[in-house]
Amino acid sequence: MYSEKVMEHFSNPKNVGEIEDADGVGEVGNPTCGDMMNIYIKVKDGKLSDVKFKTFGCGAAIATSSMITELAKGKTIEEALEITRDDVAQSLDGLPPVKMHCSNLAADGLHAAIEDYKKKQGTD
Amino acid sequence: MAKIYMDNGATTKPDSEVVSAMLPYYNEHFGNASSLHSFGQEAADALDRARQQVANLVGAQPEEIIFTSGGTESDNLALKGIAYLKKNAGKHIITSVIEHPAILNTCKNLQDDGFRVTYVPVDDQGLIDPAAVEDAITDDTILVSIMHGNNEIGTIQPIKEISKIAHDRGVLMHTDAVQSVGKIAVNVNDLDVDMLSISAHKIHGPKGVGALYVRKGTRLESLVKGGGHEFGKRAGTENIPGIVGLAKAAELAGQRLDDDASHVTKLRDAAITKILGSISESYLNGHPTQRLPNNVHLRFSYVEGESLLMLLDMKGVAVSTGSACSSKSLEPSHVLTALGIPPEQIHGSLRITFGRENTMDEVDYVVESLVGIVEKLRAMSPIAPKH
Repeated sequence: MYSEKVMEHFSNPKNVGEIEDADGVGEVGNPTCGDMMNIYIKVKDGKLSDVKFKTFGCGAAIATSSMITELAKGKTIEEALEITRDDVAQSLDGLPPVKMHCSNLAADGLHAAIEDYKKKQGTD
Repeated sequence: MAKIYMDNGATTKPDSEVVSAMLPYYNEHFGNASSLHSFGQEAADALDRARQQVANLVGAQPEEIIFTSGGTESDNLALKGIAYLKKNAGKHIITSVIEHPAILNTCKNLQDDGFRVTYVPVDDQGLIDPAAVEDAITDDTILVSIMHGNNEIGTIQPIKEISKIAHDRGVLMHTDAVQSVGKIAVNVNDLDVDMLSISAHKIHGPKGVGALYVRKGTRLESLVKGGGHEFGKRAGTENIPGIVGLAKAAELAGQRLDDDASHVTKLRDAAITKILGSISESYLNGHPTQRLPNNVHLRFSYVEGESLLMLLDMKGVAVSTGSACSSKSLEPSHVLTALGIPPEQIHGSLRITFGRENTMDEVDYVVESLVGIVEKLRAMSPIAPKH
């Protein structure tokens, strides 16, 4: 059902955990639906110097979380905002069709974290 | 790597004796049981013997056994067969909210055809209150269908009591016993049912074959029209190899029932005690004692079942889950929902169903694996409390 890439990221996810003094946090999904994702970012000189995640969910939810941290790390804010759900799915060599909607939340999570960062910047 | 099958509620490994019994009916005795020549008579004899063996397992008479393509067809035949025949006598059916989809979707189908269906609720351990069935019966009620052992949580219903209630009001009683036959003693007279569904592949038999017990004198409309096979209740040339396989599986299940039941009960109780004792915020779903001897159904807070299942699979252990993420419909289990379990905990559910080949060493391996997996997933979970 899942590609090898998904299984790889699911069984050995990268960048698991929280960033204590995160510059932005994105919370998406809902445990009632079975998938919930928190993405934490650290920003330095306009670039994402660190990205971590915590996820409650299925194999696809965990794999997409892991993948987004890899895709986003080192990118500028603008570049990171351009990463789409499809980019994440493609980087994982595809997701089963039923998982495309519900578990492919990682790009939304990243964007929410960046929004949070921008909001905090604005209010500083 | 270990290769441990603990999903016997989904299907079981066909016993080697079952496969051996079937092969001659593919390779040599291929006749049509309706043919009068010697080829046909070999098949007809095998069919007669098989009917007797299946009848023996549930305390029935051979002419009360109708062979079908499996549990789903048996359920369809019981419900629609009665509904279509009795539609002028009444149009109300009673079932429960935790039935297998083979019953629930057949009921929906009958509702579309103008029948009325009452779905009686269950308590938080999955038990039906027979009084709820009694209250639901009206003059229009033609059939009560309540499953014997639940396929997910393993809760065993008080069928005998419910049958009495139905019969006192002149209503027919069917039970889907697909999960209980071969696991606990099932006797159609003791349960006092008019119809009972059986599946071969749940009792170490082949897939694609099952039976419906229909009490002598109970008429129903056949759904599959054709020749006069199966006493006019199910047309189509009999699947002799499959039926022989079902019969052999039934014979073995009968012989081994006591040994198998005590063996899997030990595994079940050890698994439940060990898992609940070693993983915090883990809970048993279903009834603590009124449950199938091979069924362990648990839920773990803060983790999702498909992830649990996949990580266990990577350790060579096959189980199943009620999580929506693993179902084609993406709907959480209707059974766990009916128990009142909150959705996020339904996602964290896991079913282990033992079979006669499992061992206590395997139970220990699964418990140990599960402890590590739950810990790993909780460390990753944004809803788990921080330590």
